[in-house]
Amino acid sequence: MTGTGTEQVLLTVEGITKAYPGVVANSNVSFRIMEGEVHALLGENGAGKSTLVKMIYGLVKPDTGRMTLRGQAYTPAEPRAARASGVAMVFQHFSLFEALNVAENVALGMENPPPQGELSARIRQVSEEYGLPLDPSRLVGDLSAGERQRVEIIRCLLQEPKLLIMDEPTSVLTPQEVDILFTTLRQLSAEGRAILYISHKLEEIRTLCDEATILRRGKVVATCTPREKSARELAELMVGETLTPPARTGKAPGPVALDVTGLSVNSPNPFGTSLKNVHLTVQRGEILGIAGVAGNGQDELLLALSGELKSDSDAVKIDGRGVGHLGPNARRAAGLVAAPEERLGHAAAPDMSLTENALLSGAIRKGLVKHGMIDWVRTKTFAEGIVKAFDVRTPGVGTAARALSGGNLQKFVIGRELSQDPAVIVVNQPTWGVDASAAAAIRQALIDRAAAGAAVIVISQDLDELLEIADRFCALNGGRLSAPRPVQGLTVDEIGLMMGGSHGMEVAHAHA
Amino acid sequence: MLTLEKRPSPSRFWAGVTPILAVILTMIAGGILFAAMGKDPVEAILDIFWQPLFGDNADYFRAQLLVKAGPLVLIAVGLSLGFRASIWNIGAEGQYIIGAICGAAVGLAFYPADHWYIFPLMVIAGALGGWAWAMIPALLKNVFGTNEILVSLMLVYVAENIQSWMAFGPLRNPEGMGFPGSRNLQQYPAASNPELIPNTGIHWGVVAAAVAAVLAYILLKKHILGFQIRVAGQAPRAARFAGVDPKHLFTICMGISGALAGLAGLFEVSGPSGQISTNFNVGYGFTAIIVAYLGRLHPIGIVLAGLLLALTYIGGELAQLSLGLPSAAIQAFQGMLLFFLLGLDVLSNYRIRVKETRK
Repeated sequence: MTGTGTEQVLLTVEGITKAYPGVVANSNVSFRIMEGEVHALLGENGAGKSTLVKMIYGLVKPDTGRMTLRGQAYTPAEPRAARASGVAMVFQHFSLFEALNVAENVALGMENPPPQGELSARIRQVSEEYGLPLDPSRLVGDLSAGERQRVEIIRCLLQEPKLLIMDEPTSVLTPQEVDILFTTLRQLSAEGRAILYISHKLEEIRTLCDEATILRRGKVVATCTPREKSARELAELMVGETLTPPARTGKAPGPVALDVTGLSVNSPNPFGTSLKNVHLTVQRGEILGIAGVAGNGQDELLLALSGELKSDSDAVKIDGRGVGHLGPNARRAAGLVAAPEERLGHAAAPDMSLTENALLSGAIRKGLVKHGMIDWVRTKTFAEGIVKAFDVRTPGVGTAARALSGGNLQKFVIGRELSQDPAVIVVNQPTWGVDASAAAAIRQALIDRAAAGAAVIVISQDLDELLEIADRFCALNGGRLSAPRPVQGLTVDEIGLMMGGSHGMEVAHAHA
Repeated sequence: MLTLEKRPSPSRFWAGVTPILAVILTMIAGGILFAAMGKDPVEAILDIFWQPLFGDNADYFRAQLLVKAGPLVLIAVGLSLGFRASIWNIGAEGQYIIGAICGAAVGLAFYPADHWYIFPLMVIAGALGGWAWAMIPALLKNVFGTNEILVSLMLVYVAENIQSWMAFGPLRNPEGMGFPGSRNLQQYPAASNPELIPNTGIHWGVVAAAVAAVLAYILLKKHILGFQIRVAGQAPRAARFAGVDPKHLFTICMGISGALAGLAGLFEVSGPSGQISTNFNVGYGFTAIIVAYLGRLHPIGIVLAGLLLALTYIGGELAQLSLGLPSAAIQAFQGMLLFFLLGLDVLSNYRIRVKETRK
């Protein structure tokens, strides 16, 4: 961009170290990003990616080390300073107000927002320039996840950033939407803007990124050109060990354990997605994978199956018995266990110990309560059993749930449900935010449970995961469930269409 | 620069130490206040904290301590269960009044008969009265989604008017020369709640408070309902996942706190206060909210907090008499106590770190 050539260094990070009580998040991390480069930051959850980008974005201050931006010392005291220097960030979790429209949301993120009319015109212009069409007057609550991400991206682009940080941007997109996003990112890169792309999805990184810095346990373990490596090589660099794909036993499925017919429930959330006439059956020994972009009714489906949302008695049947009108504990008694997506606050009470959290959903099937009195000794034994069987890393079962890392807590939550000898298992995003080895262990545990005769439903936004473990596959789109199809022989394009294609989102060249 | 850093899990040490620290800071700040008013701060603090316990008439004051702490603890224990589940019954004062009226009315209906069962019936009527009064906000919340804070609070004023009506009308002492107020239950042995052991201040209400605290402790530690209450307060969605029906829990918690407040009212009106008058209630129902939080919503903490608050009341009155401190100064002193306690609360969830300022 400076006219002296394309190989200008934009950002250097030198010897950055950041320690938190009890854990070193980043240890002597160094790397650099060239102008116009798409640079991947690759690593498992807990490898220190988030901490590192938070330091670049001014949210966290490094203990030691230095950064330079275009040759100048760069020490952002807060995100505002980072933005002023030309660094912008799109977070994995959007910070948008659903009840406000697109332009209002964008204005809230700006230091000196122009009048609404002017801003709307700017949004329209920038959004079309970059192939991300967006109507500034629409309510964010009515947008799909992919469109919400566009709001965040455009909010960043309006500040003319030199470096755009994107944290796991494709986790909320269909394959078609991913293609649109990549087109935009390549266009930005061609303009000389650098992109720091955080992900653990290897194929994406191989498709998109010019350079990759791989972190493991807070340290840089490799820098490479991702196109020159296979996905497997990248994975092994990231994990530091050889991964074994889950093993399946080709057993014929048994009788139907869960039968859902014409299930329609209203979402408890005003901007949620209500379920519309959902039909599905799962046989014993089978895993049904349910894909879908976030916010298409996954949470509602889990609630309607777990019993937190009630329906007509016969809309949900377990082993032929209508349970739609029953609450969670009665369904547990009938053999159904569930693990919601949100670990802290839904699947587990953050401030309670693991023992107490074991009681949360284990009380019924494990017989932990007699005449209303809690048997804490048995509950503790149950919790210790989960910790042991699922390799949950914790100082002890007296530790508060929120003190555990995401992956460890997820292992505990999944382990708690799987340890109850269930007939039907429903899990939502079982490996979200979980490191690769823990994710492999969770997937294997689900497969083992199915092999032992349980009917398993896995709701996930990770297509690779579903293709790896599911026998049949379907997708939620706007609260409707597509007809299930055997996984064997499915193409990515077909899957994308089941998920709703590009969700009516216009494509890059549609407006050119 | 000082910054607050959230602790990974709340510190048990600080949760235990902050109440003591708060009392010490209150003494210091209160001492400064009293000194600024030209009173001897040491003497004032001694009057408030020392004289009632170990001074000249300590026997009398110690008994008064239990008399005052009893209803506070009884009400606060009930409220604390709801508060832990984020159920905000602010109207314990109203439930206390209605409980007292119902209980007294049952007793007076038997006057002048003498049966062993009169007092037990009054106890049941008192609890039922408080329970029923608490069911009004519970029903309105569960059916119409009204806010229980507003409804329960406003029902206090309704209850106060019912109380005046009772004192002037249906329950007025026919031999009372036309003065408002019921017969004095202290002079009707079958319906009175006397001091059980002479000069200790212990009456049935104090016993009930102790029993309630023990039962609440067991409930919270061992019973599934206590567990559900705690989960509902900390993580409502996790509670629903655990099969807790929020409406059901709301009704139970409102009912328990209403019944305990009603009991406290009954024990008070049949004991220390003696009669339904236009103003026999002295705000125990509101003070109990402070006691519940001062005691960190923990049964044992509530017993200690009830005793502490009773002490500041008694000691405060003493200081008013002996040093001529205005009652407003005593109230400010009590306010400081709550202020420091809640302010220091931050230490159990956060740690203070000294950070060098940025270059």
